Amino acid sequence: MSQMQNFTKGFLKENPILVLVLGTCPTLATTSSAMNGLGMGFATTFVLIGSNVVIALMKNIIPDKVRIPAFIVVIATFVTIVDLVMQAYVPSLYETLGIFIPLIVVNCIVLGRAEAYASKNSVWSSFVDGAGMGLGFTGALGVLGAVREILGSGSIAGFKFIEGDGILVFILAPGAFIALGYLIAIVNRINKA
Amino acid sequence: MEYILLIISAIFVNNVVLAQFLGVCPFLGVSNKVSTAIGMSGAVTFVIVLATMVTYLIHVYVLIPLGITFMQTITFILVIAALVQMVEIILKKISQPLYQSLGIFLPLITTNCAVLGVAILVIKKNYNLAEGIVYGGATAIGFGLALVIMAGIREQLELADIPSGMKGVPISLVTAGILALAFMGFAGLV
Repeated sequence: MSQMQNFTKGFLKENPILVLVLGTCPTLATTSSAMNGLGMGFATTFVLIGSNVVIALMKNIIPDKVRIPAFIVVIATFVTIVDLVMQAYVPSLYETLGIFIPLIVVNCIVLGRAEAYASKNSVWSSFVDGAGMGLGFTGALGVLGAVREILGSGSIAGFKFIEGDGILVFILAPGAFIALGYLIAIVNRINKA
Repeated sequence: MEYILLIISAIFVNNVVLAQFLGVCPFLGVSNKVSTAIGMSGAVTFVIVLATMVTYLIHVYVLIPLGITFMQTITFILVIAALVQMVEIILKKISQPLYQSLGIFLPLITTNCAVLGVAILVIKKNYNLAEGIVYGGATAIGFGLALVIMAGIREQLELADIPSGMKGVPISLVTAGILALAFMGFAGLV
């Protein structure tokens, strides 16, 4: 597989959210608006690239039996970095995303890529894989956030285009499940065709 | 009275899966049969209560005195992973039947964000140890309730005629959405 294919596989064919259905918790919780979704997506992308690269570098040193705890420590380190950086530079976004920043550590996508890809491939390939998967994740979050924001509050990225409220349920919890359900159904359809 | 409010709020009003989006992965993955759902909720309840207790004590007696609260995420996830592993080993030694019924779910629980989520929330909300344990237990019961209801619905859903694109995850998510809508009826109860 060429590096280009490696990079783009995360966008649609193996999209972590829409096809593999991993990491649904942050997906549902942080997509009440497009900006929040993108913020969460980029935070996860950073952790994904960082942990992928470090794990690819250390794959020969880590004994096979303790690899999962070792991966978790590497991932948790990057999550802590993101946590502190966001707290310092984007405090308002940090407040909105709240508990879901430290919870990146249990996001199945990150550990999944470490185990399935970075522990078997070269540093550069792992970097590309992390970036592609991360951007696929970010893209899905952005789309879901945009859909929910347009339907729920009649605005996009903070710009309001209708008077009053939208269909409120879409920015509340039930709307998250329903919107993601239909989005996955659409992608299923596209990938099958 | 305070504890009763805390329990009702954690089970119904702020249901961990349907309102706070913690533990959605096992919610979608394991909720195919009612019997599996009950097993999973049992294991999760056990681990959440134990993990909340241990992480709380570590936070108060180790992280705060040493001034390293920024290590919270790393410490908690390692503690939870170790705890799950330990519970598995102990359970295997003490009670074979219990291990048979809960054992297969235990490895999955480390990556259940509800466990780490509750541990962090207890610290964030400044609960004391007793409140933390009650909150943890009630949250776990809320998780179990959502899981069992969902499993019941999905058992029926297997008989329904679903359009091919909606089969599997999409229909589960839409069902979960309607369930969440129903749970919103509890808002204002506390």
